[in-house]
Amino acid sequence: MKKNKFWSFFTNGYLILVLLFIYLPIAYVVLFSFNESKSLTNFSGFSLQWYVNMFQDRTMLDSIYYTVLVAVIATVVSTIVGTVAAIGLSKARPIVKNVVLEVNNLPVMNPDIVTAIGLMLLFISTKVSLSLTTLILSHITFCIPYVILTVMPKLRQLDDNVAEAALDLGANPWQALTKVILPQIYPAILSGALIAFSMSFDDFVISFFTAGVGINNISMYVYSMKRYNPSVNALSTLIVVVVTLILILVNVIPSIKERKNKHQKEDY
Amino acid sequence: MKSFFRMSYPYILWIGIFIVAPMIMILLYAFSVPGNSVLTFQFTLDNFTKFFGDPTFMRVLFTSLRIAFLTTVFCILIGYPAALFISNLSEKRQTMMVLLLTLPMWINMLLKTYAWRGILMNFDLESEVKVFIGMVYDFLPYMIIQIHTSISKMDRELLTAAYDLGANKWKTFLKVTLPLSVPGIISGITLVFLPAVSSFVIPKLLGGGDYVLIGNLIEIYFLNAGDWNFGSAISLIMALIIIASMWATKKLDRNADKD
Repeated sequence: MKKNKFWSFFTNGYLILVLLFIYLPIAYVVLFSFNESKSLTNFSGFSLQWYVNMFQDRTMLDSIYYTVLVAVIATVVSTIVGTVAAIGLSKARPIVKNVVLEVNNLPVMNPDIVTAIGLMLLFISTKVSLSLTTLILSHITFCIPYVILTVMPKLRQLDDNVAEAALDLGANPWQALTKVILPQIYPAILSGALIAFSMSFDDFVISFFTAGVGINNISMYVYSMKRYNPSVNALSTLIVVVVTLILILVNVIPSIKERKNKHQKEDY
Repeated sequence: MKSFFRMSYPYILWIGIFIVAPMIMILLYAFSVPGNSVLTFQFTLDNFTKFFGDPTFMRVLFTSLRIAFLTTVFCILIGYPAALFISNLSEKRQTMMVLLLTLPMWINMLLKTYAWRGILMNFDLESEVKVFIGMVYDFLPYMIIQIHTSISKMDRELLTAAYDLGANKWKTFLKVTLPLSVPGIISGITLVFLPAVSSFVIPKLLGGGDYVLIGNLIEIYFLNAGDWNFGSAISLIMALIIIASMWATKKLDRNADKD
């Protein structure tokens, strides 16, 4: 395939335009988070006042607190339950496994709002009043399927004989699990946990319908805001920075490890 | 090894309570008379006749389908060339581009939509146009990634073979690349159309109060009107439309395979 100059100029230009479109709102919030005035059209000068405002805004800080608290608990519980369930399911009869996986897929395939009102109806009709607990239970419920969907394919690749061999050699099931199975699937468990955390952190719809009065996460706080508040730009900027750092870490660490492993192998 | 199966018991109990039971709840509420509890279930189709008999609700349904359809079409039109061009880059640049496209997907959708609200305040646009921009923005990366994945799975030798057999660039694209990327387009459609139909955040934040989609209708009936029966019926109708359209897209995919 011969590439002429004009064509590659065109394709590169197109991709740059797409990236500009995708990064436009992100650039916008970062820029205006440093704006001196409240204006959304004119950048009048550099200031950190919106960051200061953010840390003085009680409701905004509460929403950050609830978001992180719920995301951490939901991630820990859903990663453990999801991994344990996936290992169990991988040894189940195919028919049981398929039925459970179909049901497991429901929250992934269903529109969020359907999952949300279903959970809300469940809580209310069983006389469980909406609270922080119902919010956390709901988050665990929609996070587990993602953990299972991430861990399951990795389990399928495992050689069953290795665990069998461990059992034959006198390991008890607990040892076979922790010394043989878990070490082989832990990268998948980690990425499942990462997906769960981000799903929980970013959720709006399900939280909106299942949280008790006065409990707002970041999304709910933004949704319920009456007027445009530039402090949100400061918060968004901080989140952009954290997400970028995490993605860099996640993508760089494996490649560093790989290089290290290569070196070690060469040393032997 | 079989004893490991017991490890899935807690989760099977969990999905019974938190996934299956809520779905049954929606069904029960959708088919029962408003105001009574689930225990004294009284079957009715009123909630459905109310929805289909009212032109206002039908208009909302039609608007939701139209904007979700337009969003999907534009995501394909903008996303397909992008995915194709990315797959022609060097391996290193491809990884970089995919990473750059994935990064904004990890950032809270509410915050990105809120940023668009600020940007779009500077322009005098119709509500529907604003909502449309917000939706295309939000879903475009998913479409690009799906199509790119299916193109990069393709065997590159096929292109060489097509050229060797005398096909030009355009013909090779139409006869080789495009048909082989259909699965990517299909999964892109499911990732865009489905959440677009049910979206209620984007219309609320960008469209203002007067722009109502079916998701907003569900919210209104659940949280403002307190009519859970009618709200359940609407969400059941929406879920059925989504299942039907996914089924149709999959069918389309199978027909494309046969050709």
